[in-house]
Amino acid sequence: MWKWLHPYAKPETTYHLTGKFIPWFAILSVILMSIGIVWALLFSPADYQQGDSFRIFYIHVPSATLSMGIYVGMAIAALCSIVWQLRLADASAAAMAPIGAVFTFISLVTGAAWGKPMWGTWWIWDARLTSQLILLFLFLGVIALHNAFEDKVMAGKAAGILTLVGVINIPIIKYSVEWWNTLHQGATVSKMGKPSMTLEMLWPFIFSYMGFIFLIVTITCIRFRTEILARNGMRQWVREIAIKEGS
Amino acid sequence: MQFDSINAFFAMGGYGFYVWLSYGVTALMIALLVIMSCYSHKKTKQQIAQRYRRENKLREAAKQQAQEQSPIDLSEENHEPTP
Repeated sequence: MWKWLHPYAKPETTYHLTGKFIPWFAILSVILMSIGIVWALLFSPADYQQGDSFRIFYIHVPSATLSMGIYVGMAIAALCSIVWQLRLADASAAAMAPIGAVFTFISLVTGAAWGKPMWGTWWIWDARLTSQLILLFLFLGVIALHNAFEDKVMAGKAAGILTLVGVINIPIIKYSVEWWNTLHQGATVSKMGKPSMTLEMLWPFIFSYMGFIFLIVTITCIRFRTEILARNGMRQWVREIAIKEGS
Repeated sequence: MQFDSINAFFAMGGYGFYVWLSYGVTALMIALLVIMSCYSHKKTKQQIAQRYRRENKLREAAKQQAQEQSPIDLSEENHEPTP
């Protein structure tokens, strides 16, 4: 039943397939993000309470939620790598870690820049902020472990175990605003039923969010291909590519 | 359009510094990530090509050495093992 999937587990096939997708993902990301950001900065209305500082929302929320999304993706890949010894899953987990770290960092910086005018402080040890900071450290730890061993299989195992242990942090981030009485506001967009936002704000948000998703997919593909090459450096097909494109 | 002038746009209703700080850092970090990812892809290819060429050169050298030396004086010379 799953026979048709087999060729895709071959590094060479995956390498060429992702290579074909990258330009399309990149174009989609640029288009969606340009629409979203221009709309967010120029045309969406100012918030009745927060004024124009609300425009930070359009990059803060996508980067924050997607940093968790990347972590979950990385954890699924790490699980596949540990349970079924899939080398490609390990390569994709290694590819995602730096991207997750960057987007977690973006969410923290934009959050601080939004917190200063709204709460009066850049940083507070609030449950949401603290758990998001731990997410950044988890990403950095996973990156460090991937680079700590010469043997990629061993590095993947060590990083994978840390990734799986760190999954506990994801529900803590998600529900921190409900479990603890915190300064950080609750969910705005993903509320059950109707989102509590006007459509004039929701549309640019959706464009920006989709743009972020495709951006992450594009960078993941680029880094994933690099990992495939680095892990198969002794194979003939990799050497042919390297000689043709790398000199 | 929510703003009357370009100055009002940059001022962001008094929140200009915070808004532009957020958007600036985001753009910078994403640009860095994309550039680093593309650079390391290129670098990895170069390293693999380099290693391959070095191996080829060593193999060629070993072959040549084996041809130059006749089997008789092989025992006379103290030649180093080829890596």
